[in-house]
Amino acid sequence: MSFERIKEKLSILADAAKYDVSCASSGSDRTNKNKGLGDAKGMGICHTYTEDGRCVSLLKILLTNHCIFDCAYCVTRKSNDIKRAAFKVQEVVDLTINFYRRNYIEGLFLSSGIFKNADYTMERLVAVAKRLRLEENFNGYIHLKSIPGASDELMREAGLYADRLSVNIEIPTREGLKRLAPDKKREDFIKPMKKVTQEIIQYKAEKKIIKSTPKYAPAGQSTQMIIGASGENDYQIMTASNFFYKKFNLKRVYYSGYVPISYDSRLPQIGSEVPMLRENRLYQTDWLMRFYGFHIHEIVNETHQHLDLDIDPKLSWALRNIHEFPVDVNRANKRMLARVPGLGMTSVYKILNARKFRQLNWEHLKRLGVALNRAKYFLICNSNDFERRDLAPDKIKGLILQNSKSKFRNATSNQLNLFG
Amino acid sequence: MQKVLSYDGTFEGFLSTVFKVYEEKLSQVDIQRESNVQGSFFGATEEIITNKTHADRVWKGLQKKLTSYGRNQLYYSFLSEMDSIENTLLDYIRQVFDTTENIEKDFSNSTVLKLSKITRSVGREKHRMEAFVRFKLTKDGLYFANVAPDFNVLPLLAKHFKSRYADQKWVIYDIQRNYGLHYNLEHVETIVMEFPKHFDFTKTSEDFFAKEELEFQELWQNYFKSTNIESRKNMLLHVRHVPKRYWKYLSEKQPF
Ligand code: SF4
Repeated sequence: MSFERIKEKLSILADAAKYDVSCASSGSDRTNKNKGLGDAKGMGICHTYTEDGRCVSLLKILLTNHCIFDCAYCVTRKSNDIKRAAFKVQEVVDLTINFYRRNYIEGLFLSSGIFKNADYTMERLVAVAKRLRLEENFNGYIHLKSIPGASDELMREAGLYADRLSVNIEIPTREGLKRLAPDKKREDFIKPMKKVTQEIIQYKAEKKIIKSTPKYAPAGQSTQMIIGASGENDYQIMTASNFFYKKFNLKRVYYSGYVPISYDSRLPQIGSEVPMLRENRLYQTDWLMRFYGFHIHEIVNETHQHLDLDIDPKLSWALRNIHEFPVDVNRANKRMLARVPGLGMTSVYKILNARKFRQLNWEHLKRLGVALNRAKYFLICNSNDFERRDLAPDKIKGLILQNSKSKFRNATSNQLNLFG
Repeated sequence: MQKVLSYDGTFEGFLSTVFKVYEEKLSQVDIQRESNVQGSFFGATEEIITNKTHADRVWKGLQKKLTSYGRNQLYYSFLSEMDSIENTLLDYIRQVFDTTENIEKDFSNSTVLKLSKITRSVGREKHRMEAFVRFKLTKDGLYFANVAPDFNVLPLLAKHFKSRYADQKWVIYDIQRNYGLHYNLEHVETIVMEFPKHFDFTKTSEDFFAKEELEFQELWQNYFKSTNIESRKNMLLHVRHVPKRYWKYLSEKQPF
């Protein structure tokens, strides 16, 4: 391959792909086969982090940034005056293999602008994955973008080679989508997503009977929504998210603060701030839903449509439901412990284990790493020395903010550091 | 009176020492690695010879009292090579044998908590090495990486790299502790290598490395830049994830 040419293509097509925030490479069960290259089981590894602090785990590129569509929020849109490029199938294969062998990446995340039509594009994405699996005996992670409107046959084939498939909804409301991406229909996103969901269910059923059933997208499906591009509120976003999790069994929904890339009057202008703190609050809500046993409507609902920016959603919930507290560390069940502000799942696990040996007091909790400056208002333990004042929620919030000022002033978001 | 027991620095050697402590019912001991024995003004120093049978017996005893979780805690903490870690481990082992219940998850016990924290640090270092190893292709078709981990984590890495890079020869070399892992397409073995004088591990000299090696490093560096979103830049976060002391081994961080 010609080095200079590849270098140029890589700059263009990596730059265009970077707005897709998903970089997860976990959740697959693909293991090394016949002493080939790679292994994708277990937790994905972040091989490095960009200067904006995001995990780099996959070679994330577009096959091409030629596109027949004109979605307002996208750098690749037809009307944008930018340099265009396209990789050949073999070029992507070579880059992936050579990066993988040097331990730079966990695998490939291949997306694409839509050239000609949906199927023509999807076919090429599938061709890359197929060549990697069948000709290179590559067992690393492959994430393919499902092109909206792609046929069922192609989606079926895609899942045979990819670990994960994703379609980005991008705009959470039907109305916003119509305004910003007039070429796209919600049905076009749903179609490949539905097909993949069905195939996954079928695969799981068949696998129970016939062990050798070929794998089908073992790391499941995900999607992404852009935050702050179409004036939607957090309630709408999380409702959409909840719908997709439930209906299509998604593994992950990603929330991507809109990075202004154009002067289109329908969108926030270039120079406006990326809503990173809001993005972080949405991730926290997402986690509360998936791992902490919260129902979405406990966090956002008709009367509470916006997440607080100054405090995290769990604390916000606790302050609105102060009658549920204080919780006894030595008696409360796991579900309730997980609801205490300042207690992450690791702390909950440690408490459940440690209290089998003795009644825990503040000193124990501190040593276990519990964030007492927050938790103390919501807990009692084996000590007479607990917060006796009957504090009003507002007062508690004030005290907590006072003691953790730096953290909230530092409005940088980070999905990996959720309740830290 | 306190007695100093010195051993050869291996895990088996350490377990042999524990055997000795039990066999001779020694109550006050200070276990030290041979390489940094400080001696003791008053007590005598006794050198313990590594004995596989003894080590196995201690390990078998531990297997009865601990799950793999607790045994990992022991082994990982041992690899931390922290000052006087052997004595903390001995304390832990004593408590394990003296208690009928399994104490490995009693996080309100200060020794258990201490080891669980050290285990986490060592585990984190292992994970970092799995992430930050950067192989360079040599002229002889071997993928070579040098590392200098904070803890002695090489023994924990073999399995991961073997199952991942089953079809390429590779070496991961700890330049601080001067030994490495070598995979020869069959199995992983420990090796000691000699490097030319003034060999610069941060460079990719054409004398040793394949022609295309630098090109791929440049492509990777290029990718690293292109995938960054400037308007989200947050160097504090970046440095927290990729601490500066690791930069010298990362090709994406090298000026060419
Ligand atoms: S179809 Fe995809 S690549 Fe094309 S403009 Fe829309 S979002 Fe961008």
